[in-house]
Amino acid sequence: MAGLTEVGRSRIRAEGRAKVTGAAVYTDDAPAPPGLLHGATVRSQVPRGRITGITFGEGIPWDEFVIVSAKDVPGVNRVAMIVEDQPFLAEDRVNHPEEAILLLAHEDRILLEKARAAVKVAIEAEPAVFTIEQSLAAETVVWGQDNVFKTIRIAKGDAGDAWATAAHVIEGTYGTGAQEQLYIEPHAVVARTTAEEGVTVWGSLQCPYYVHKALKHLFHEPDDRVRVIQMETGGGFGGKEDYPSLISGHAALLSMKAGGRPVKILYDREEDMAATTKRHPSKTRVKTAFDAEGRMLALEMEFLLDGGAYVTLSPVVLSRGAIHAAGPYRWPVVDLTAKALATNCPPHGAFRGFGAPQSLFAIERHLDVAAARMGMDPVELRRKNLLRIGDVMATGQVVKEAVDLPGIMDRALEALDYHGRRAAHAAHNASGDPVKKGVGFAVFMHGCGFTGGGEAYLASVAGVEGTAEGKVRVLAASTEIGQGTNTMFSQVVAEALRIPADLVEVQQPDTKLVPNSGPTVASRTCMVVGKLVQDAAIGLKQAVVQSGLLKEPYTAADFQAAVAAFVEARGSLKAYSQYSTPPHIVWSDETYRGDAYGTYAWACYAADVAVDTRTCEVAVNDFVALQEVGRVINPTLAAGQIEGGVAQGIGWALWEKVEWREGRMANAQMTNYIMATSADLPRLRVLFEENPNPLGPSGAKGIGELPMDGPAPAILNAIQQALGTDAPTEIPLTPELLLDTLEAPHA
Amino acid sequence: MKGDVPACAVHTPANLEEALAFLAAHPDWRPLAGGTDLMVPFAAGRLPDFNFLNLDPLDELRGIELTDTHLTLGALTTYSEIRWHEGIRAAFPNLVQSAWVTGARAIQNRGTIGGNLANASPAADTPPSLLAYGAEVELRSARGARWVPYEAFHLGYKRTALAPGELIARVRVARPAPGAFHFYRKVGTRKAQAIAKVCLAAYGRLEGGRVAEFRAAFGAVAPVPARALAAEALVVSHTSADLDLDAVRAALAHDIAPIDDIRSSARYRRFVAERLFTAMLQDFLAHVG
Amino acid sequence: MPEKLALSLEVNGEARTVHAWPMARLLDVIREDLGLRGTKEGCGEGECGACSVFLNGRLVNSCLVPAVQAQGAMLQTIEGVAKGEALDPVQQAFLQHGGAQCGICTPGMVMAAVDLLQRCPEPSEADVRDGLAGNLCRCTGYVKIVDSVMAAAQSVSR
Repeated sequence: MAGLTEVGRSRIRAEGRAKVTGAAVYTDDAPAPPGLLHGATVRSQVPRGRITGITFGEGIPWDEFVIVSAKDVPGVNRVAMIVEDQPFLAEDRVNHPEEAILLLAHEDRILLEKARAAVKVAIEAEPAVFTIEQSLAAETVVWGQDNVFKTIRIAKGDAGDAWATAAHVIEGTYGTGAQEQLYIEPHAVVARTTAEEGVTVWGSLQCPYYVHKALKHLFHEPDDRVRVIQMETGGGFGGKEDYPSLISGHAALLSMKAGGRPVKILYDREEDMAATTKRHPSKTRVKTAFDAEGRMLALEMEFLLDGGAYVTLSPVVLSRGAIHAAGPYRWPVVDLTAKALATNCPPHGAFRGFGAPQSLFAIERHLDVAAARMGMDPVELRRKNLLRIGDVMATGQVVKEAVDLPGIMDRALEALDYHGRRAAHAAHNASGDPVKKGVGFAVFMHGCGFTGGGEAYLASVAGVEGTAEGKVRVLAASTEIGQGTNTMFSQVVAEALRIPADLVEVQQPDTKLVPNSGPTVASRTCMVVGKLVQDAAIGLKQAVVQSGLLKEPYTAADFQAAVAAFVEARGSLKAYSQYSTPPHIVWSDETYRGDAYGTYAWACYAADVAVDTRTCEVAVNDFVALQEVGRVINPTLAAGQIEGGVAQGIGWALWEKVEWREGRMANAQMTNYIMATSADLPRLRVLFEENPNPLGPSGAKGIGELPMDGPAPAILNAIQQALGTDAPTEIPLTPELLLDTLEAPHA
Repeated sequence: MKGDVPACAVHTPANLEEALAFLAAHPDWRPLAGGTDLMVPFAAGRLPDFNFLNLDPLDELRGIELTDTHLTLGALTTYSEIRWHEGIRAAFPNLVQSAWVTGARAIQNRGTIGGNLANASPAADTPPSLLAYGAEVELRSARGARWVPYEAFHLGYKRTALAPGELIARVRVARPAPGAFHFYRKVGTRKAQAIAKVCLAAYGRLEGGRVAEFRAAFGAVAPVPARALAAEALVVSHTSADLDLDAVRAALAHDIAPIDDIRSSARYRRFVAERLFTAMLQDFLAHVG
Repeated sequence: MPEKLALSLEVNGEARTVHAWPMARLLDVIREDLGLRGTKEGCGEGECGACSVFLNGRLVNSCLVPAVQAQGAMLQTIEGVAKGEALDPVQQAFLQHGGAQCGICTPGMVMAAVDLLQRCPEPSEADVRDGLAGNLCRCTGYVKIVDSVMAAAQSVSR
């Protein structure tokens, strides 16, 4: 079918009809299996200490309950991740206030809640640490020898006498807060553990094979006796990357102890917000040297993350943050130290951007601070220093793609009418109006796929199979969590095979049926897994052609008939493709040198804000998000990704504050943790530029995380311009914090 | 869901008389109107009550009556009914404003004015409007009915003038003078579905540039929604020329007692209360009816 | 001792009677007793709007309605919005304009949009943003939802 192109079309979401009619089946929507029990978790409520006793209160028929403690674990009581330090259930001590100690199950959910409240855990409290500063000081050591989960050093160039002779040396410190993913569907899982079948889990999750691995270790079972099935998932954003391993283990342990009765664990909103992972809080110290014309000479950075009580994903979050920390600039000298530190908060985890938003906030905010101190225009400061083809990034990676960052910046600023509005706002602000206006922007990049050698280590596999009806079904563990995986895969396969996307299905991820295409994270599903799926589809077609059932050129009907005939004749038709690192990509985890990512998405975001000086409220009145993303597979879905990420970025910048009290989230309610409503946001304007990337299917790059990086620095830079002060350096910049900042005595 | 659902009893009366008789016999049963306040702590397992008196079917507590002199709202009047009532919009803009910013559409369809007052949250959005308009509330029990000035209704944090066996039946507000000054502003955690950090309502009237009448009330800056009485006193009978704004601000600082909580800081609440009050006064004194 | 109610409702046009505790949340009655799982729970405190339904024609958060107050009521849930196979113009517009991503807020969002267009058939963007402000969406930044509702309004008025 010549002329048929699926890529670049806004094809309707594959599972869209089920979603708009309410027919889509999320974990809690499936009919209750016979004998279903509900599970609940008893938590420590003390940030750090030794468990001295557990009392089961009066008035509860305890003999009706299934009760699981660490003693019941058949395999290894550690969540298999990077370092095996986090127990599924606390043994003799606790390290954060939401740590799971005991599991209960009963068929009556109301009685279950009463029972949970009736369990009293006695804990002898020990000193705890709650902040990055306390952890770094290490006066109280709560993890290892020095509270440090991981240190990364990135060094480039020789500073020589740059610091001594620079025309300008400018320093600043920047901070970001924890952020809750706030997917609208809280965590949910159903598990069944039997002697005959092993462990089966149905859940709301991003990474079926992460859960699979964790359950194998927990139950000491082989691959084929653990099965993980992803149900329709109501948002993830990283929040359902690693935590489902823990909650699935809990449900599966209860089911085992209940003799194979299925167990469902649903977190309500409060438990979900309080107990599960959030974005890592950060502190970044930046010191920069510039020459008299504003050319960058040297960058020194200390990038610190609060990792919470256990290692979990912190080393890789730190890694992505560290690699992005220098921003899209041609620093001749970089000296960066990054540390992930232990505190007695629940472990922080993955959230869209994965460390990069934190470090990019610091550098992009710092450049506007530096521009103001040097008396330079922030646009011109960046223009002098943006990466160009042939430049060398902080890890030594040479920019090989034809990226036009000054053009991206100029076109984003033009779309906002940055220069016109800047002049108009200056006049307005001089008028004495209590509402001050400003425009600001940020230029940044986001690495696509796993960091460094991650993709090589994963060696992901994806496949396709022919169906009896002659359709093609995608086999991958990459999940649809709202971002459009199903639709994107359909379009990629349809394009590769030159058939309509209606002839492509996507298998619901089920570890019994799909290969391990890796986790659904790191902006990799389209670029990395999409490419594997594309290659597998081409392999499938070649098999059919070689069989003699299909001749090129063919029509969709020819193709469908040939696939059906093949399946009829041979029983099955499958093709797989496995990732292998292209030879030009080289990376060393030891030295942190090399090609940190196969490619990057590049962007400039610009914001127009108004600050009411009577209430310190900030309104974002206009927002432009312009990015170069290789090739856009589905414009509507791609824009939807960017818009959603920008909204989360605006929230992180201005409103979304976790109120910590001794390691616990005190505002774990949607009423008190403030995400934007439709009334709080402007019409977000998304612009794409295309520059096909050979690593992705049809030239696509990853876009999922990119939109999280730009909004916060753009907005704070706009606030700096509105108020004429570079004082705001921390987010969320709530009205309360802005007031404190403005009224603080100037240093 | 942590509420002990099976342990809860609900009595649904046929009419108001029966409801009051029931409440007289069972003064500890909790009246339940639209549920938008009560169901939240109930579902979280934080409500101490197990027995509820269902007011929903009591048509005697419904209805909006607007006459030449007064607006009377049945206690079960919803925010939506207030928000979209043309007569209220024309005469009592603050009431429409405060109904508009309470929750969002689905809350406004269920939440009632009586429930809002009985719940007695210091951060509720409607009370400042009612205080500024000088509202009265009718409290009814099997013993009879009494009208109480609304400013005497809130006795302390979550404590009200409701005696055992009493229900809020109606809320009554005198029709403001034509051309009067109305002001309402809520500074919340976001633009919709927000809890107030500071809320200010004011009503006033100038005669020949001199303040003839003035009431201003705050929400979320004290244990109860309350008028700024000391500041009001320094405004009444002044003109913009002879108003001592510094003294007004100093008085205001004593009128309010904000706290730090998970939603805001005392410092911020004081700052905003003073800025809003000052801005409102400037508008008022420049007001041309 | 408290007893369950024989709760009679007209559900999406069909008379139904279920036995429910008087203080059970309407949300739980809808999902568990009526078996209609399209109505979702996102927060359980009337903040997110995922549980929005029509009760006697009015948009409500079903997590905040005790069952006893739904006695004899007319209830419409997301399952009753399409007419058989024919989607409501709001649902069609959500499909066409990318108004649904993860889909968990979508049923409530569709209910709120239907409600808005019933009382305001030709809304401005500001009307839409105000009308949907009780329904939280974490995926979309609301742009495509607003587009969907505006498009639905146009398709109806054409």
